[in-house]
Amino acid sequence: MLSPDHTDASPQTLLSLTDLVLRFRGQSNDVIDGVNLTVTRGEVLCVVGESGCGKSVTAMALMGLLPADAARISSGNLEIDGTQIDLARMTLPTQMRGNHLAMIFQEPMTSLNPAFTIGNQIEEAVQRHRGGSQSQARARALEMLQRVGIADPEQRLSEYPHQLSGGMRQRVMIAMALANDPQILIADEPTTALDVTIQAQILDLIRDLRDETGMGTIMITHDLGVVAEIADTVAVMYGGQVVETGPVAEVFNNPQHPYTIGLMTAMPQLDMPGTRLAIVPGTVPTVANMPTGCRFRTRCAFATHTCETRPPLMDLAPEHGVACHYAPLETHLTVSA
Amino acid sequence: MSGDVILEAVDVVKHFGGGGGWLSRGPVVRAVDGVSLAVRRGETFAIVGESGCGKSTLARVLMRLASPTSGNVVFDGRDVSTASGTALQTLRQRMQFIFQDPFSSLNPRMSVAKLVGEPLEVHAPELSAAQRRDRVAELLRKVGLRAEYAERYPHEFSGGQRQRIGIARALASGPKLIIGDEPVSALDVSVQAQVINLLGDLSRDMGLTLVIIAHDLGVIRHMSDRVAVMYLGRIVESGPTEEVYTSPRHPYTRALLASIPTMGGRPAGTRAAVLGEMPSPTAPPPGCRFHTRCPHAQALCKTETPPLQGATPHDHHVACHFWDTLPDAPPLPPTPAKSADVQARFALYRAAVEGGTVTHKTHQPTQRS
Repeated sequence: MLSPDHTDASPQTLLSLTDLVLRFRGQSNDVIDGVNLTVTRGEVLCVVGESGCGKSVTAMALMGLLPADAARISSGNLEIDGTQIDLARMTLPTQMRGNHLAMIFQEPMTSLNPAFTIGNQIEEAVQRHRGGSQSQARARALEMLQRVGIADPEQRLSEYPHQLSGGMRQRVMIAMALANDPQILIADEPTTALDVTIQAQILDLIRDLRDETGMGTIMITHDLGVVAEIADTVAVMYGGQVVETGPVAEVFNNPQHPYTIGLMTAMPQLDMPGTRLAIVPGTVPTVANMPTGCRFRTRCAFATHTCETRPPLMDLAPEHGVACHYAPLETHLTVSA
Repeated sequence: MSGDVILEAVDVVKHFGGGGGWLSRGPVVRAVDGVSLAVRRGETFAIVGESGCGKSTLARVLMRLASPTSGNVVFDGRDVSTASGTALQTLRQRMQFIFQDPFSSLNPRMSVAKLVGEPLEVHAPELSAAQRRDRVAELLRKVGLRAEYAERYPHEFSGGQRQRIGIARALASGPKLIIGDEPVSALDVSVQAQVINLLGDLSRDMGLTLVIIAHDLGVIRHMSDRVAVMYLGRIVESGPTEEVYTSPRHPYTRALLASIPTMGGRPAGTRAAVLGEMPSPTAPPPGCRFHTRCPHAQALCKTETPPLQGATPHDHHVACHFWDTLPDAPPLPPTPAKSADVQARFALYRAAVEGGTVTHKTHQPTQRS
């Protein structure tokens, strides 16, 4: 959803990532295996999956934050704002990082420098990209703290991270990330470390800032509830692959991939107490033991030899892509007790 | 359910610091400040609250891992708040714990056989080594692990498997009551569901009483029979889980429920029901501790502490001066209705993971790979 002044006839693509393939040094298997993502203006894309599905690594690769000696990108084309970047050959240029593309992290305490004041840290980001005087940077920092809803912003500028609560630190991180008006905000589990009432406040803030600025957002999360609250589109990842993607209402009302269905049935619902949860059997294989073909097949109740070849991400409905040979399940198979 | 109480806390207070020594200078942290509760035999009792509300401290006092500053903990009719020596050992046999982090709560240098067998050495010294081995194998089977895993070490297991090992260890002494401090919150949702199901099966099959400390309201709704909601060291609402969720009486409970992100989403503007953050437990506000964030607070709330009083005949208690005059809480957002196709798909999934035979219409039925 966009506020009216951002509405265009066709959505403007801000970022597109094509065929990201990435391997960690010393491993015999790709940890990210052909991921495509697109974000348009004003869109919140949620990348959802469990630990080890590669969602954070994908974000780090986008930001160019993976050390070159530890991770090798063998393919991946990133297009931001008309600029093409071949990730296999170069990382995101420093002047774009923080300026076009900014990132916030799960644990704001470890992402803020404990030895510098809040004001210092935001001013540094402003001056690094915009230059200008210290007082201009301070004015910008103050403006940003006000925008993210921090009370007594002037006093907070001279405080240190340890003096703030978790929710306030995350607000400071967001203020810092948005200080240079990036087109894309990447948020890696921004509310996971926060209490549920504070999480609601931060989600509201991200939504408001999106409406205000039209920024695109890639939010990484493991919580389907968060996805339902904030996403416009969702990409479900498993084992370094996107297994299902589409508009959030379509994917949640009409989930197709067995993994998406498994995640949805495994989540305790507020209005269905007492029913036994269906599960996803087993656990995620390690990268070295990742099966060929469909990477979910070792945990999938419906897998056959067909699944040893990788299913392409096919559109089952407009813009609703599913990577499963047997989607929709009810037309391809039956189950008897 | 019988009204037979197995574990009772009577006006438990736990403060930290303020002792005057150089290590304890500084303000007193009032982590738990006057909590009374009664857990009935065979039920699953949940304690819920946000970080800093004192729920983990309360759990540690209930487990006798900490002793209360004042007040009593009564287990099976005996005051155990200051138990030590033989009394403590007997208590440990009957009351066991499961911890949040399955990565740090198992000794990495002990094999699974040793980890699960250790409580048996203490509490059932009469068993021979062979009998102990059999008993460990049986416990592992009970929590859904293969008996061969006994020879392995914790690092060889995933988080969910480690939590199962922790549960097997807790079951080894044959306890009547298990206290779990966030037992599933470190697990991914698919694995979390496995452990929730396991705990449900065990409590039903073995007649165990469970006390679950958690912050995830969805998990609590799913697992518990009764729930107590804590805020800043006090219980603000308690009662049957169903009733507390469908007609919450305390504004804080309502705010918590309204803050949960749900699959159905919710209408804009109905979500962030509380502003601001929890005050520090070193200086809790006077009167009702929630009044600084409460949309319904009045002058009385700033001076008078509301007692935990009966709200309905069903053992539903609330600590709010105005609980009976508040407008009704908005209903929980329902899970969106599914189309017939999607319902069929979910039914197929459930049947298949529960062991049904899958037949592919478009191919010859093949062995599961």
